Amino acid sequence: MIESILYLIITVIKIVIIVLPIMACVAYLTLAERKIIGYMQVRIGPNRVNLSLLPGIRNLRGFGQPIADSVKLMFKEIIIPTNADKFLFVSAPILALAPALAAWAVIPFADGWVLADINAGLLYILAMTSIGVYGIMISGWASNSKYAFLGAMRSAAQIISYEIAMGFALVGVLMAAGSLNLTEIVMSQKGSFLHWFWIPLFPLFIVYFISGLAETNRAPFDVAEGESEIVAGFHVEYSGMLFAVFFLAEYANMILIASLITIMFLGGWLSPFEGIPLLEYIYLPGIFWFGAKVAFVLFFFLWTRATFPRYRYDQIMRLGWKVFIPITLVWIVVLGLLILFKLPPWFA
Amino acid sequence: MIKFTFYLFSLILIFASVRVVTVKNPVHAALFLVLAFFSSAAIWLLLQAEFLAIALVLVYVGAVMVLFLFVVMMLEINFSQLREGFVRNLPVAGLVGALILLEMVFVVGAWQNVPPPVATEIPNIVALGQVLYTDYFYPFEIAAALLLVAMIAAIALTMRPHNRAKYQKPDQQVSVNREDYVRIVNIPSEAKD
Repeated sequence: MIESILYLIITVIKIVIIVLPIMACVAYLTLAERKIIGYMQVRIGPNRVNLSLLPGIRNLRGFGQPIADSVKLMFKEIIIPTNADKFLFVSAPILALAPALAAWAVIPFADGWVLADINAGLLYILAMTSIGVYGIMISGWASNSKYAFLGAMRSAAQIISYEIAMGFALVGVLMAAGSLNLTEIVMSQKGSFLHWFWIPLFPLFIVYFISGLAETNRAPFDVAEGESEIVAGFHVEYSGMLFAVFFLAEYANMILIASLITIMFLGGWLSPFEGIPLLEYIYLPGIFWFGAKVAFVLFFFLWTRATFPRYRYDQIMRLGWKVFIPITLVWIVVLGLLILFKLPPWFA
Repeated sequence: MIKFTFYLFSLILIFASVRVVTVKNPVHAALFLVLAFFSSAAIWLLLQAEFLAIALVLVYVGAVMVLFLFVVMMLEINFSQLREGFVRNLPVAGLVGALILLEMVFVVGAWQNVPPPVATEIPNIVALGQVLYTDYFYPFEIAAALLLVAMIAAIALTMRPHNRAKYQKPDQQVSVNREDYVRIVNIPSEAKD
């Protein structure tokens, strides 16, 4: 009995150690987004809230912005619409955030740095990301508002459509790695950056990245926000902290998708220089490479947002069903052949 | 510890299943069904049947129930109408319920109380895959073909081609030229007087 309680306490501590940095990353991802898009549009971005860690250093302008924002959101009034389903209205943001955080349980941050090293890791991820839809659907329905409801229907339909293409991309990864365990998937990409799966699985890599954008309701697939069409989406009626929780979920999902891309296609925590003469002596801890790769993928997320105009809704559906699903299906067959003929260096 | 977890999830499961039937609002009923699926998945996890548990969440919670919710949320439901036929349908429903109960008693009663076999060295996904693609290859493929046929049949039944419908042709949309739509007209300026 004592042992199991101790085990429970240690697990909770581990969870806190994982969740707190993720929340910090979420907060600063919002700042990164505003700064990067700002510079891409030749502006400075947020630059008022100064966070000076050391007195005299003045170049950290804007770095206190996420903290200021969260304090502001916490003190805002939460307005619940008339005749709304109160319980579901309040629990919808939580239902959106919980699976986005639960999925982190199986993510290996470095060699052995994983909360639950389960065999069915990839399936678990797929199951957790598929639950995220409930937050959106329930929020739209519980708001008792037609705008919110229409927005919820749109984004829910979009998310479940792109989930299929994403699932098929995962099938490609598990075929290539021969395992559903995320640690083993990373280890099967051992070698330099040419050994990672992004080369043999290139079409799946691209499909997964774009589906990831659609899955997290990011631009150019952000019809959930669609300022020019439907004011906002499923979260029109939300205010204050409840609204913020939806955004926490969106950004946590972005970081999750970025780390999944890192693990499945970009070699996880492995150094890109392994096996390359001279360069292979650069030694940095695995967590550094993992973080660098995740940041790199996240930069692409933000870059796309600054670059592309929003898709029309029917075009989103066409892209998901008629372009991505056939591409993934064809590449799974091609991949089967590559594995059958033991194409070096990946499947030798 | 395992016992505690088992009873916790069983209680949630029973509560959720009862509420599925008794709750008035169909959306709430669907959400309670989701909760029921979730707790049964948790109980399966205790049996170390992790593949089945995750597949239950993935397929039923992640896909089937979402579509259910779509339908239920779109319906305009008249609550008084829903409760109308209760007395009239009671005998039939009671009979069917009693039959199902009887069958359950026979099935569960005949079941020997052996401890559930615990997964061996091979992870159960690997084991399942090996059995599915060797011993049970034909049933597996036939089931897949059946599903495909059902899908095609469903699409064929619902798709009624009618001439008034307008479709977009993306290839034509992509290949338009400026010359097709824009004509530059040179209008000479009028003389000032």
